[in-house]
Amino acid sequence: MDVQTALFWILAGLTGLSAIAVVVTQNIVRSAAWLLFTLGGVAGIYFLLGADFVGATQLIVYVGGILVLVVFGVMLTAQGPFVTMKTSAAEWAISLVVGLLLFSVITLAAVNAPWPQDAHHSEDMESAETSQNSVKLGAAFLGIKEITPKKDLTGFPMGKTPPERKQVAYLLPFEIVSVHLLVVLIGAAYLARAKRRRGMPT
Amino acid sequence: MMPEVGLQSYLLLGALLFVCGAVCMAMKRNAIGVLMGVELVLNGANVNFVAFARFNSTFEIEGQIFALFVIVMAAAEAAIALAIVLNFYNNHMTVDVDTAEELKG
Repeated sequence: MDVQTALFWILAGLTGLSAIAVVVTQNIVRSAAWLLFTLGGVAGIYFLLGADFVGATQLIVYVGGILVLVVFGVMLTAQGPFVTMKTSAAEWAISLVVGLLLFSVITLAAVNAPWPQDAHHSEDMESAETSQNSVKLGAAFLGIKEITPKKDLTGFPMGKTPPERKQVAYLLPFEIVSVHLLVVLIGAAYLARAKRRRGMPT
Repeated sequence: MMPEVGLQSYLLLGALLFVCGAVCMAMKRNAIGVLMGVELVLNGANVNFVAFARFNSTFEIEGQIFALFVIVMAAAEAAIALAIVLNFYNNHMTVDVDTAEELKG
């Protein structure tokens, strides 16, 4: 077993077990703590997949931002130090059955579907020094570099030619997303502001 | 001996995260727990995006870019959802989603 395989099983075990713990735990604060491990494990999976920029963004935005937001939400809405809202045993059973069924359906689909993939691509693991990942991402955002793949589209129906791919830049969607985030944050600040109740002295 | 780690292992991890998130959304009575379920679902989808970017050179860049977009969208969604939860708490003095039944027909 090489290092990559061992790392995958360690990270996948950490991520999956903490994801299950998020669901099973009744206490919301412990749930948030397990969510921290899940998000960190997913960031590790991204690093393992060679997506270093996405992994760093995951750490910064999810673990640094969203999780802190969630913990603040827990603190602002808790009346006691340990808020537990019990779920009844019947709901547990139904959730377990539905979850197992859903998981088996997705597993069957994922295992049986003929995914197009390059066989050789999984072997030439790039080292950290030669990884041009962030450079490629930036060039794709600006559209200054040819990002259309050299190889043919795998898994395409026989006898048909795949459509010509035009060179695309992701700068406009990126700008739209950033403006969207700004609008949403202003809206969230407006929604969550402290309101004075009607009739109360100012 | 462990089976070889390929695309399908990552897809199964994404499926596990997705199912955990869906069950979490359906089962938790705390509104913030429901929000955590949404985050798990988005992470499961993101794992699939990045795995396809790694194992299929056609989507080498696109998978990662879409994953970045999903992360930004998740940040926006978490902010607005927490604002709604805070408003709900101000009105009902609890975050139990079972008490939100005023619109029930």
